[in-house]
Amino acid sequence: MNEALAFAFERVIPGLNAGLWASVGIIVPAALLGVAIGILAGTLRVYGGVWPRRITNWYVSLFRGTPLVVQLYFWYFALPYVSVAGVNLILSPVQAAIIGFALCSGAYQSEYIRGGLLSIKRGQLLAAQALGITPLHCILSIVLPQAFRRALPGCGNEIIYLIKYSSLASIITVNELTGVGRGIAKATFQNTEVYAIVGLYYLALVTLAGWILRLVENRLSIPGFEVKKS
Amino acid sequence: MQNESVVLRVEGVVKHLGGQRILDGVSLTVKKGRLKVLIGPSGAGKSTLLQCINFLLPPDEGKVFLDGREINGKSKKDLLWLRQRVGMIFQDFNLFDHLTAMENVRVALVKVKKMDKRAATHRAMEELARVGLADKAGLYPAQLSGGQKQRVSVARALAMDPEVMLLDEPTSALDPELIGEVLAVIRDLADAGMTMIMATHQIGFSSSLADEFLFMEKGRIIERGAPADLLARGSSSRTMAFCAKLSELSGELGG
Repeated sequence: MNEALAFAFERVIPGLNAGLWASVGIIVPAALLGVAIGILAGTLRVYGGVWPRRITNWYVSLFRGTPLVVQLYFWYFALPYVSVAGVNLILSPVQAAIIGFALCSGAYQSEYIRGGLLSIKRGQLLAAQALGITPLHCILSIVLPQAFRRALPGCGNEIIYLIKYSSLASIITVNELTGVGRGIAKATFQNTEVYAIVGLYYLALVTLAGWILRLVENRLSIPGFEVKKS
Repeated sequence: MQNESVVLRVEGVVKHLGGQRILDGVSLTVKKGRLKVLIGPSGAGKSTLLQCINFLLPPDEGKVFLDGREINGKSKKDLLWLRQRVGMIFQDFNLFDHLTAMENVRVALVKVKKMDKRAATHRAMEELARVGLADKAGLYPAQLSGGQKQRVSVARALAMDPEVMLLDEPTSALDPELIGEVLAVIRDLADAGMTMIMATHQIGFSSSLADEFLFMEKGRIIERGAPADLLARGSSSRTMAFCAKLSELSGELGG
């Protein structure tokens, strides 16, 4: 046991800590971008004109309908061969991971936002219109603040998922938590210890994210929009 | 005709919804400081007429004039001009649920009238005080009673300094014991000389304030006149028959 502990502290932890920061560096921007894309796409899907609605619906079908691994392979391995107007876009592994996760996450987030938007009664839109509030102001100041509060539990859930599927970044050569763990496990043959510790790292990340999400929910909580205490 | 005192004129408004002719050529004229009351059975087109007047539902045919200016329903500028001058009260209050009572009143002052926030807050508090809710300014709609919500919505409309108020069954969604406080606010408005069109089933209340009853059925105004005439004892008016049925149902005599 002592030997295992010593192994953990000397070999595994320092390596995994570096991987942890790489993971956080992907998760945080991807989650924020995903929420932003979700709000934009969700709003267009409900209030957009014919074409914005059509395009955002296609986007959601495409990104929910294909495996995330395939999407990541596309951004990292295939995109360099796609030439648009003579320009080939080559993404670094981290860039490809962030873009891949954000676009995939945004498709799911848009579904939660859409649900939140549809829960706002039409009467409030009529009242805003009757007051002379423009459609854009109405969406920004009246509808979205309410829809976002209603969508928040779902959006938080999607961020929790994102933390875990961020482990897929390792397959496009990002040295994040899972990738580093796999390297250590291969080099030392201590699969059990290494993967158990990697699992605990994710558990800690998810727990921390859960705290932050609850903090945000409490901050935004107003009478009539409370998150039900369980 | 004293044309100079006409505030709002509606001419031959027709509206179809879902393939049905909901408004079948409605015309009316409202003079400054007067209260017109729309009565009639549900589905007669009262709400639709009110929503056509400020183009929440654009009329299919017909014209709307405010202060003698014909409103072009396709011009955003015209609609903004109209809606800033026409206040609307809804049956279901339609407060913004994520804003406090004060913020509900203030939001259009800031977003539409472009007032600065401090002046708008001050104005919002004045309007809340006018409807007796200064002490509820910080509460959210979920914390207010139905009557209080409707009074906030009146304050919200008044803050825009409307020339005309459209009231769409303002007490129909309220518990009986809450109706009185909203009617008192409407009476104050009428006494202060506000020009109003109100759809309501509160015949007794409105007959003492209205200068004209407009009885609607199947998208038309089929009877109009002073409340006293239409409700006169022995009158054979359609209005009288309708009101008799209403009071029979509610057990209280209208008028």
